[in-house]
Order: sequence, then C-alpha cells, then structure tokens
Amino acid sequence: MSATEKDSLYLQKRAGMLVWVRSGEPLIWANGAAVSISVIAVVGLILLLAVRGFGHFWPNDIMQSGVVYDGRESAQLGVLVEEKQVSGEQLRSAGMTLNGAGPFFNRMLFKQGNRDFLGSDFVWVLEEQLVDSHYPEWAMVVERLEWGNQYGFLHSVTVRGERVAEGEADTQTWQAFQQAIEDSLAVRDEIHRIERKVIGSINHNMEAVRLAERKLELAGNATPGALAELAERRAVLDAEYRVLQQKLAALYDSIQDDYYQIRLVDGRIVDQAIAKVVRATLPNQMSLLQKMGQYLAKLWEFLSTEPREANTEGGVFPAIFGTVMMVLLMSVMVTPFGVVAAVYLREYARQGLVTRTIRIAVNNLAGVPSIVYGVFGLGFFVYIVGGELDTLFFSAALPSPTFGTPGLMWASLTLALLTLPVVIVATEEGLSRIPSAVREGSLALGATRAETLWRVVLPMASPAIMTGLILAVARAAGEVAPLMLVGVVKLAPSLPVDGNYPFVHLDQKFMHLGFHIYDVGFQSPNVEAARPLVYATALLLVIIIALLNFTAVSLRNRLRERYKSLES
Amino acid sequence: MAPWRHFKDRTATVVISAGGGAVLMSILLIFFYLVYEILPLFSSARIEVATEQQLQLTTATDAAYMYVEEQGEMSLIVDTGGHARFSELASGASVLYQPLRQQDSVALTVVSGESADSRLLGLGYADGTVLLATHEYRLSYPDDKRLITPRIEYPHGEDPIQIAADGSALALLAVRDTEAGLVIAAQSISGKLWLVRYTKEENFLSGEIELEREELTLDLARKDYAALYLGTDQRWLYLLDKAGAYQVIDLEREDAGGTQQLADAGRLFADGSELSTSNMLLGGISLLAASTGGELSQYFMVRNGKEAALTKIRSFDTGGAQLLQLLPEQRRKGFLALDADGQLQIFHTTGQRKLLSQSVDYRSTQVAAITPRADALLLMDQSGKLSQWNIDNEHPEISFSALWTKVWYESYPEPDYIWQSSSSSNDFEPKYSFAPLAFGTLKAAFYAMLIAAPLAICGAIYTAYFMAPALRRKIKPLIELMEALPTVILGFLAGLWLAPFVEANLTGVFSVLLLMPLGILGFAFFWSRLPVNLRTLVPDGWHAAILIPVVCGVTWLCFALNDSVELLLFNGDMRAWITQDLGISFDQRNALVVGIAMGMAVIPTIFAVPKHLSYGSLALGATPWQTLVGVVIPTASPGIFSGLMIGLGRAVGETMIVLMATGNTPIMDANIFEGMRTLAANIAVEVPEAEVDSSHFRILFLAAFVLFMFTFVVNTIAEIIRQRLRVKYGSL
Repeated sequence: MSATEKDSLYLQKRAGMLVWVRSGEPLIWANGAAVSISVIAVVGLILLLAVRGFGHFWPNDIMQSGVVYDGRESAQLGVLVEEKQVSGEQLRSAGMTLNGAGPFFNRMLFKQGNRDFLGSDFVWVLEEQLVDSHYPEWAMVVERLEWGNQYGFLHSVTVRGERVAEGEADTQTWQAFQQAIEDSLAVRDEIHRIERKVIGSINHNMEAVRLAERKLELAGNATPGALAELAERRAVLDAEYRVLQQKLAALYDSIQDDYYQIRLVDGRIVDQAIAKVVRATLPNQMSLLQKMGQYLAKLWEFLSTEPREANTEGGVFPAIFGTVMMVLLMSVMVTPFGVVAAVYLREYARQGLVTRTIRIAVNNLAGVPSIVYGVFGLGFFVYIVGGELDTLFFSAALPSPTFGTPGLMWASLTLALLTLPVVIVATEEGLSRIPSAVREGSLALGATRAETLWRVVLPMASPAIMTGLILAVARAAGEVAPLMLVGVVKLAPSLPVDGNYPFVHLDQKFMHLGFHIYDVGFQSPNVEAARPLVYATALLLVIIIALLNFTAVSLRNRLRERYKSLES
Repeated sequence: MAPWRHFKDRTATVVISAGGGAVLMSILLIFFYLVYEILPLFSSARIEVATEQQLQLTTATDAAYMYVEEQGEMSLIVDTGGHARFSELASGASVLYQPLRQQDSVALTVVSGESADSRLLGLGYADGTVLLATHEYRLSYPDDKRLITPRIEYPHGEDPIQIAADGSALALLAVRDTEAGLVIAAQSISGKLWLVRYTKEENFLSGEIELEREELTLDLARKDYAALYLGTDQRWLYLLDKAGAYQVIDLEREDAGGTQQLADAGRLFADGSELSTSNMLLGGISLLAASTGGELSQYFMVRNGKEAALTKIRSFDTGGAQLLQLLPEQRRKGFLALDADGQLQIFHTTGQRKLLSQSVDYRSTQVAAITPRADALLLMDQSGKLSQWNIDNEHPEISFSALWTKVWYESYPEPDYIWQSSSSSNDFEPKYSFAPLAFGTLKAAFYAMLIAAPLAICGAIYTAYFMAPALRRKIKPLIELMEALPTVILGFLAGLWLAPFVEANLTGVFSVLLLMPLGILGFAFFWSRLPVNLRTLVPDGWHAAILIPVVCGVTWLCFALNDSVELLLFNGDMRAWITQDLGISFDQRNALVVGIAMGMAVIPTIFAVPKHLSYGSLALGATPWQTLVGVVIPTASPGIFSGLMIGLGRAVGETMIVLMATGNTPIMDANIFEGMRTLAANIAVEVPEAEVDSSHFRILFLAAFVLFMFTFVVNTIAEIIRQRLRVKYGSL
C-alpha cells in the first residue's frame, strides 16, 4: 500500500478538527504551499519580464486629450504607459486640488516625449482631469537620435532647403517625409561606414606607426633611414585621411538642409533636422498586421543595432556580442583545464585522503562569492600578470597600459577560474558513471592507459563534459559582479573583433548584457525612459540562460538513458 | 609494446598529472594571493639609516626649524639668526641662503609652522612683530632631469605685523591662515598673551581681498606657557603650561566684558606629571601631549550638549620613556616621537598602534623633520651633520581595533563603528571599520534566510516525500531555472520594480504574510471536509498544484484590498504611519526587499536536500506526517543543515542583489525598513576607485579574504556533514 492511498483512507473517517490537526495533514499542506509559492514566484518573475520586455516594442496608439487643472486647460498628446490607484489622502498631502469624491483616484502615466521642448518625457495626470480624449488619425511618433521620442503632427517637409511638401493630415506630405528619411538614412549609413571602418583602420595604422617609431627609439635603432620610412607611411595615411575628411564633409553637407516641421500639441510649429530621425510612424492608422510588422522591425533593431543616447535607446548588439565573445573565450580556457583536472582526480590520482580533500576544496570553490574572483582577477591577472606582460612585450605603448588594464582576456580568464569547479564536478560525475568494466576491457585488449582514456573513456564522458561546459557558460553569462572589476564598461567604442590586425582584440574592454542591465537601470540619467529597455534586456538574458540550462538538462538526461544499460 | 605508444602513454600521464596538479594549485593560488595582498597591512614599520651628510653652513648659529620638500631632495633650515637656507640633500650644497626679514635686522625669537601639512611659517621677532612666509618649490625638467628651484614668498606682504603692542619680544607663536581669515596668537617675553584676528573680506567693487584687523582680549593670569596652538577652524586656542595644565579659549564667544570665553581648563595628565612636549596632529583638530612620566595621549574638543571640553581620546604606550619631540606626519594621522634615550617611536592615532621603537641616536640632534610622504626622517646635529633615516611604514592605520572595535574618530562625540573610506580633503581621517559592513552582510543574509529557509526546507521536504512523481518532473526544471536566474536580474527587479511596489503596497505585503498561512490552512480544512468522491478526482501528492490558485487568489485579494485596508487602518498611507506614528525610518530600498530578492536566489540552493525516503515506517501504520517527523527528519536533518549552510554562504557573498536593491549606506541598524551595505557590495563599489596598493585597496582585499574564508569554512562544514551522512545512511 502506498503512502498516498493510506493517507486518503485515513481521512475518509471524517474525523473532527482535532484529529485532522493531529494527523499532520495541515502541515503537509503547508509544505506543499511552500512549493506552490516558489513556483509562483519563478513563473511570475518570468511573466513580469516577458510582459514588460516584449510589450516595449509594441507601437501603442497615441492619445490626445485636454488636461483641466485649477481651471486651466492644456492639451496633451502621448502614449499611456501605466495606471495606478492612489488614495485621495496621499494626493492632498502632496498639495493637489481634487474634484472627485474619491476615496481613490486613477493616476495615469503618459509618455509625452519632446524632452527638448517639454522638459520631461513622462507626465502623471489624474483621470478626472482628462477631457475629450481621442486618438487622432494623423498623430505621429518620431524616433530620434537625440532627445528621445517626439509626438506631434507633421506640418511640412524641406529637402535641401526646398519645401517639397506641405499640409497636415496629407498623405503626400507623409510620403515625402518617409522618402526624405530613407534618403537621409542611406547617407548616414555611408558616413557611419567611413567613420567606423575606414577611418578606424587608418587610425589603427597610424597608431601602429607611432608604436613602431617608439620601439625603434627604445631599442636605440632609430636610424634616419628607418625613421624616414615611417614618416613616409604616416604621410600616406595622412593624405588618405584628408581625402576621407573631405568626402565626409560633402556627405554631411548633403543632408544638412533637410528638415521637417512638426506641430506640437500645444500649437507650436518647430523645425527639426531629418538627419536626426531614426523612424517616423503613424500608429493610430496602422492595422494590426502593420503593427506586428513594426513590432518585429523594432525587435530586430533592438537585437542588431548599437545603443543610443547613453544606452537608453537603440539596441544591445555590442552587449550581446561582448557576452558571446567573453563566454566563448572562457569556454576555450575552462574546458581543457577542467577536464584535465577531473581526469587526473578520477583516473590518475590515487584515491585517498588527498583526493577527498581536493574534492571538498573544489566543491567549496563553487561556493566562494564571485566578487572574490573579481578581486583576484583584478589584483593578480590585471595588475601583476598584465603589468608584467606590458613591460615585457608592450613597452612601446607605455605608460598607457595594454594588458595592464581590465579587458576581455582577463574577464574571460577570471570567469574561467570561477566556472572551473562546475566543469570539474560535472566531468568527474560523468567519469564515475562509466563502469570500470569498460576501462578494464580496453586495457585487457592491450590498449595503453592513454589510449583507453582518449578512445574509450573521454568519448563516453563527452556528454557530461558538454553538460558541465553548458552549465559553466550559463553561469558565466549571468555573472556580473566580477566583470565590473575586470573589464566590462558601459559603452565600448568598438567591438573586440574587427578588420584590423590582429582582428581579435583581447586587451579591449567590452560590453555585457548583465552589466548593461545594471548600468542602464541604476546609473542612467533617465531611468524612467530606459526602464522598458532594461526589461527587454533582462528577458533576453533570461531566455539565453534558460535555453543553455535546458540544453544541459536534456543532454544529461539523454546521457543517463544511454549508459543505463551499462550500469546495471 | 611499441616504444612510440609507450612514449605517448607516459607523456599523457605526465601531462595530465601536471595539468591536474596545476589546476588544483591555481585554486590554492587564490588563497595565497589574497594573503600576499593583505599581509603588508599588519606589518610593523621599519627604518634604516640611508645617508649621513655634512651640510655647508657658513655661520655657527643654531637651527630653529627644518623642512624637507616632497621629493626628499631639498631641505630648508631656518636658523636663529633669521636666515633661510635651502640645501641639496644629496650633496649637502647650499642652493639658496637669504635673510627672511629684508628691511632691518631685528633678532628672530620664535619660529612656528602653521600646521603639519602647511608650508606657512610664523616668524616672531624681538620687537613684537610677526612675519608670515612660505617656502615654495618649483619643479622643472631641463634635459629630462628634475630641477627643484626653491624660493621664499610672503603671502601677507614683506612688512612685519605688529602683534605685541608694547614692543616686547615674542616667545611663543601660533598662526592659522584660512579662506576665512588669519589668526595670530603669541606670548611675549613679558608674559602677556596677544591675539589678533584678520577677517578676509572681498571688496566687491574691485574684487580685491581686504583684511580687517581685530584685536581680541584675553583675561588670563600671567603664566609661562609651554605651547600655544590654534585649531584649524580658528575657534579654539589651546594654551599648555609646563606643569601639565591646559586652558582652551573659545575665539567665537565673548563675555559681556568683551573678553574671549574660557571654554575649558584642567590638567592633561591624570597623575599630575609635567608636560614634556606637545604638538598638533594633521588636520588641526587633535592635540598630542607627552608627560615627563612617559605618558602620551591624544586630545580633542568633544561637544557635550552646548559645551565642548578637551577630552583625552586615547593613550599610547611609550614604554615609559620621556618624549622630547613629536613630529606629525603630513598626509596621515600618524606621528613620530623622539625620546630622551635616543629612541624613535612611530605611532598612528586611528589605528592606535605603535609601529616601531628603535634607537636613532637622537641625543645630539638639534632639529628633526619628516618628508611629506613620511618615508624619511631627517635629524641634524649642532655641527650641521644630517642623518637621513628611510622609513618603511605603508599601512599604519590598520589594526584589529581599527577594523572591529569602536573607534573615537576626530570630531565625533563618542567612539563609533564607521565606514567612510574617502573624502575630498587631504587631512581626512579615513574610517575603516568593518563592523557596519559585516553587520550589513549578516543583516541581508538573515532576512534572506528568514524568507528562504522555511520555503526551501518545507518545499524540499514536500517535493521529496509527498509530491507525486509526475508533478515532481514538472517542478524540477522550474527550480533549476530559478537557480540559474542571473542575480543581476533579481537585483534589477528588486530595485526598480519590487522596491517601489512594496512601498506603495505595504499593507498588502503584510496582509499576504499574515493571511497566506491562514488561507492555506483554511483551504486544507475545507478540502478535508469535501466529499470523498470529489477529493479522489485529484490524485494524492498534488497538493502543491491545487494550492497554486489558492496562493494566487490570496495574493490577489490582499493587493486588491490594499488601498481600502490602508485607508481603513492607516489613514491611506502606511508608510507615513510607520515613519510618523511609529517613528521608524523607512528607505524605499530596504532589508525587506533584499530579503525577498535574495531569498529567491537562495531557495534553490537549499532545495537540494538529499532524499532518504523510508516506506518502512508507513508500513508499520504511522501516518505520513508521523513518518516524516519520526523517521525522515532525523535522518535528513544533517542534510537540511548543510543545505542551509550553503545557502547562508551564498547569501553572504551575493553582490549584485544587495548592490541594486539597497541604498548601500553603511549603517548599523537592524530595522527591516532600512538598507545596509555589505562587504561584497562594498568591494564592488570601491575597488575600481581605490589606488593600487594603498591601504584602502588592501583593506578591500582583506574584505574579500574575509568573505572567502567565511564561505570556505561554512561550505567545508556543510560538505563534511554531507559526507558523514552519506557514510551513515548510505546502506539505506
């Protein structure tokens, strides 16, 4: 008879409350509730992230309404972000005059944009203050490179100083505007390409020339001939640079006189440069399908572009790239060492007190706070090892440090050390699952120990090694505290991989999704505007880590199935 | 076997053993590296005689004052003849020799430096006048070699200021020159005290600074004082006499008669012994005084209500020697003491440490000086022979008492635990008390465990013993996902979503805590009263699943009714009620929020309690609960305990959650509505700003070491318990 059947039989007696309490049944329920609460907490957390993170990209309708307060009416145009019930007591103590009886008032947060004209992106109003709310068909939202979103009505469009279209609520004006934005975007792409790629590579070569010169000086070989050769190279680069400068100036010129006029909700008509526009849409006119298209476009922009406006707008591509690079490097470092250590512990070392102690130490290292690894990485890797590398190999660049400063390599190395116990423990577990009969069989057939290891044991343990590695990657991708000390920055000027020799720049600082969340959420000047982006970034990170974990779990389960027959 | 294969096998063995060993060694490296970084903190000072040099002296007058500039390459000696001489220390050559008072040749009677870190000299003359001079050193690099060009400047003009109105010679002098004004106190040979204050006022037409002279009067019996000192805030004038008595004059308060009030008077030494020597510590707040009996103490003005009194803060162990000279350091709150036996002793006030006691053959010394970096001591004897002692004293401020006990910091009313590592001013006293950080760490861990431990233990027990296997398979990945959640996300949600939410729905939060157990038990009782055929629709072991809507419902109800209940009970604002009616201070990012967020992080760690299921007891007729209490819990309790230990280790070392969900203020207050700063968060905040190898830097490493050792010990205990358990119940 199983425990559960007995349980229900006992209860069938319908005993009194006291008996029910004595049976311990309430406590079982209480224990069960602990599981329910934990589960609800996790699921709720993921749902919260999903709703806020995914919701951010949806093009919401723009509402126009009058706001009546203290007998004055003003117009307001914006997107409803949040609603909240607030007690009248609280509002009155904050010095507000209320009309309604209460006791609760609906307070609404609108994103009104136009930070450059209205002072702040967001405004709180009480529902009772709103009059005549409607959704004007031609309300426009313009995403800009600076000053956040703009809400208003398109008034006219001017291209190269010439007014090409005029008139509000007019399809023609709108099309001219879209065309102008498209043209300007093409020019800006070209400018971006030249500035980043071409000029970046020239700068890189210039720096190489300067370092070569300095190296010659330090070595005492600064012969006039060698110096002249370097000077010649520099002159060539200078000339190239000047040509590009002129080209850039021409490009900048070509979009300088494009602007549009927008009528703000308070009636002001203002001129705005088209060169600062990322995208302009009319959400109130969009069909559901169009909105979905726009949603996907914005999602893609989030994943594939660089951040703008102190990371509060735009995408997180450099952060994704930095996270992936760091994790890849870490995997390359941690796998061989972790596996070798595990093989040594399980296959080569004599089992006894020493191995037991080592195992406890390795286990405990997994429990050492990550910030301690960060401190170790900064002190030992960056200052001691990095400083030594600099004096040995990069003395030409001194006093500006090359490896003697936090960077990608040290971050990866620190996290490799941090995740080493994970890989060792997982690999050891995999090795211990391999029956000794398999090894003995291999040895009996005349294979050496190394051959047994390489041909038989390691292939069989490979899923376990993979599991360990994936768990290590998941841990590394979510770890932020040590990275803050050894190489992560809020905004890296360039990706750690580019077209300039040596292509992968291990000494560079990089961006990271986890740190991005911390930085934008807590260090940003405009937290309110940045918050939806942080939710989206957090959701992205959770998805990545959840995927990695589930991969590890399913791999482990498959592995167990596969070797079950061997074990029995 | 083919030699090639044999070779490969041997190589593999060597490589793997070496690699394995190296990896394991590298783990040890963390420990040793941290120790290597923090050891210098606890080492004593060392000195060695570096050079002895004969300075070129033209006249045989005595030296009255000596100073060494920043680089330790040039010295200034003011002699009793009223001349300043700059000499190169390396060669002893004189670089500049000039009379300080240019117009006439009145005899110099007293020289007094303004303070430990100032180059302003007060020069008192036989005609009762005072001249203020500074010595400046200009650095230039002709031919890539450092060249120091010294010169004398007169910030208040080259004309002497008449201080003693009767024209008598000055015997003692103290000056203070700040943004606010200039104060000069002096005693003339006639025994009279003179006090002159110049207030700086900017002429707002011309923008020029004008000095307005004001003579303050003192009503004190004539007495031979040993020393006069002016505090840095120009408020307190300290008068010490040879008998060991002191008087403190308040320069900001006048009696009805227009004389300055006496703020405090008394004796410096409890045993009534006489004053041997005294000086002011860096910062101009603390007074150091040594008695002829070998006592050495630090004093400063402590406010007690409206009155302030000169209070003995701490005493130092001099070994009973009579000190003859006290030399304050120019960058730190440490000082050097030279005694009658020719010993040099080095002390630090905040650390309350004696760092060195060594003979330096002081007896023939006439003047002494330490370099601004406190890395060398210079002693000069009558003949102009200069001996330079190099001092290696990197971290005098750290001691066990400075880290873990209450320390009486300057300007504080009483000893306290304070962490305040840096400030903008140069003469700041760094406050490195680990106590508030350790307290904050334990506070955060405590609240996290308070939330996590019951949920995790109950959850684990239920999952292991009561849950239906089908449900367990669904729950497990969720718990694993919970474990993998990056803490930065938990921290971000706690700081930006949970903290404002809790603040706005305080009533709801507390009603959830109150009503949830009631709701669950109520539902359980209701369930047991349901008809059997209805209950059997749900298989046993699915309690958790049935409870999910109940938990959601109770939570929803509590928050939906939050506003109404708040209006009913707390007049619509529970937060205001807590702060105003209960008088408890409330931070938005507080321990409650941290506890909930960190609890989420710790739950899955504790959840992994080992299973030792026993059906035997059930078969013998016990109820599941009796089996649990009687059989399962006793066998599983070491496992639960080890799970709790590991969870505690994780809570103590967690960084991102506390960093984001608290205000990071290092306070010592167990209040659940206030924040804290933990050791880990402190490291994350301060390491990037700390100067490499400074005391601050090493202290942060010490904090890391403390964390390392704490978690290591806790985890080792947990692991040993788990291994014991495995041995004991392995046969089951």
